[in-house]
Amino acid sequence: MPTSTATRPSDDLTRDDRLELYYFARLTRDIEERLAVLYRQNKVVGGLYRSLGQEGESVASAYALAEDDAVAALIRNLGSLIVQGIRPRAVFTQYMAKGTSPTRGRDLNLHFSHIPDAGGPIVVGPISMLGDLVPVMAGVGLGARMRGRALVAMTYIGDGGTSTGAFHEGMNFAAVQKLPLVVIAEDNKYAYSTPVSQQMALARIDQRAEAYGIPHEMVDGNDMLAVYDASRRAVERARHGDGPSLVGVDTMRMRGHAEHDDMRYMSKPLLDAWKARDPIARYHAHLVETEIATETDLAEIDAMSRAYAEAEADLAEAEPPPEPDTVAAGVFAGDHFQPTVEIVYSPFREKRGTPRHAPASEAGS
Amino acid sequence: MAVITYLDAISQGLRDEMRRDENVIVLGEDIAVFGGAFKVTRGFLEEFGADRVIDTPISESGFTGAACGAAVEGLRPVVEFQFADFIACAFDQIVNYAAKNYYRWGIPMPVVFRGPSGGGFRGGPYHSQNPEAWFTHVPGLKVVQPATPYDAKGLLVAAIRDNNPVIYLEHKHLYRRIKEEVPEDDYVVPIGVAEVKREGSDLTIVTYGAMVHESLAVAERLSREGAECEVVDLRSLSPLDRDAFLTSVRKTGRALVVHEAHLTGGFGGEVAAIIAEQAFDALDAPVTRVAALDVPSPFAAQLEDAMLPTEEKIYTAARDVLEY
Ligand SMILES: Cc1ncc(C[n+]2csc(CCOP(=O)(O)OP(=O)(O)O)c2C)c(N)n1
Ligand SMILES: [Mg+2]
Repeated sequence: MPTSTATRPSDDLTRDDRLELYYFARLTRDIEERLAVLYRQNKVVGGLYRSLGQEGESVASAYALAEDDAVAALIRNLGSLIVQGIRPRAVFTQYMAKGTSPTRGRDLNLHFSHIPDAGGPIVVGPISMLGDLVPVMAGVGLGARMRGRALVAMTYIGDGGTSTGAFHEGMNFAAVQKLPLVVIAEDNKYAYSTPVSQQMALARIDQRAEAYGIPHEMVDGNDMLAVYDASRRAVERARHGDGPSLVGVDTMRMRGHAEHDDMRYMSKPLLDAWKARDPIARYHAHLVETEIATETDLAEIDAMSRAYAEAEADLAEAEPPPEPDTVAAGVFAGDHFQPTVEIVYSPFREKRGTPRHAPASEAGS
Repeated sequence: MAVITYLDAISQGLRDEMRRDENVIVLGEDIAVFGGAFKVTRGFLEEFGADRVIDTPISESGFTGAACGAAVEGLRPVVEFQFADFIACAFDQIVNYAAKNYYRWGIPMPVVFRGPSGGGFRGGPYHSQNPEAWFTHVPGLKVVQPATPYDAKGLLVAAIRDNNPVIYLEHKHLYRRIKEEVPEDDYVVPIGVAEVKREGSDLTIVTYGAMVHESLAVAERLSREGAECEVVDLRSLSPLDRDAFLTSVRKTGRALVVHEAHLTGGFGGEVAAIIAEQAFDALDAPVTRVAALDVPSPFAAQLEDAMLPTEEKIYTAARDVLEY
């Protein structure tokens, strides 16, 4: 009998962990469904970029981080922010350009940061220019290492984003410096209207990593536990000084680029095939089949998630817009602007009373 | 002559040039199958084929450099940036490669770099910028910014036929909002030639891009109040038609310079300096600028409106100059 090779990092997940993963994926979808309603009601300012069909990979990859690691999410990684404890209300206020949003109405959707003075999750906000976060997160890893902290920096990049120069430069820098960086590269079949075959002459997105001489693997991005396992392995390597890794996730963008996109260029058979591989439905079935939860347990989580998303949206909707006379304040450091985002624990974490994983500062020493 | 939108005028100019000259190609993200994020190149793939209408990877620096190389080989590429903000990702290829080739080696670089710029669209800090001044500082680049459908088509045709790299900034907020009659046949609006969009004797408003429309609205309002403004639309920033606004200022004795880009280091400073140097004796009031605040473009409507120059702000400044 094989002895060691069959163990998976997810083997160590408790029942509550497994239910929490389900809850986070569910909540991500519910928040976006609520945003879609607000969008149709013209209450969302600007576009709405959904992660429908790929919530699982954002959630499961970020779940491999310790509580006070650093994550940088792109517009389709709402799930990662939810895992790190970003309160949904913050996301709703961002989309509705409220004066009390984390950027006070200055930037949109998931473009916000949370950099706590001590302890807690670090969220580094994105800019629109794809690829730019990869070198930035390499630098977060560099800074942490120089300060003697075993922090892991995780970020995401789409199939399209991997074609940028910034992606390449950041990956290479992280590789030669052996920085604690984990990059989740999402093959969701399209970059806006452009298919992956127009982005790269590679069979698999994770092969990008060959150019940097770093570990990489490709996983079924709609299998939440598989994503967790691969991400956890990468996180452990990073935490123990073994440098950066790239995890390729095979998934599918089930909506257009944004809600206003007519999706005409998208392959219908491809969409149908992936519909049957919905990550949340699959994980739901897995939990029931393995008798970790009953249908009733999961229905309770569904109801709880939905109610929470709605309540948070309602709170956000009632918030005021920004005051016009605040526009010029805070262009330079020292003026006044200290954004804060409330960090919340899931009901499962509260029940356990323990952090998801050992805090970054204690691990790997 | 048909009445068409600013966006359709750009499409028409581009299509006509591609029909006329098979060396004209277009490249950019999502421009072929999808027809572009704003649909400027809708139907181009079907008409001109995948060799001339190229969907690129998200590699601004890469496809900009490749366009310059293709120009060395005799093509006349038109590069689309999905938003003008992303031109920053190709900055080096434009300012160091494209701009300096002719001066050093005598190699012409007939490439057009075009993209939707400007605010008022609630696009936030990365989909609202007006980057013209990043490029007007670079010798060897031409920079144009049309305000009307007629100029949009004529300037694009001129840019494609020009043997120099041209930064062509179209204002996304004008795309479907501004319509006028545009000739179907071949014409150019020469680069480097401004146009007086409205004549007047009391105040010169020097402007370009989207602010031409706000300035014309202000001129209309002031006319009802008894003051006549002359509105000079620069159309090209580089090369600059100095005579056009100097002649006007010598006539009116008062100058207001208006643009949507940030105030500090904005192109208006250049115009104001030229007026101060060359028409000082004609001035009855200080040259005054109206521009966006020196703040990144904020997302929320309340903030963006506070940041952008508006008709109201132009009106107030114009009154101050008139009453000085
Ligand atoms: C450098 C850069 N160029 C262009 C864009 C415009 N743009 C926004 S999203 C997008 C497609 C992104 O595709 P991908 O990286 O695969 O991510 P996905 O949307 O599939 O999650 C493009 C071209 C951008 N954001 N950044
Ligand atoms: Mg993609």
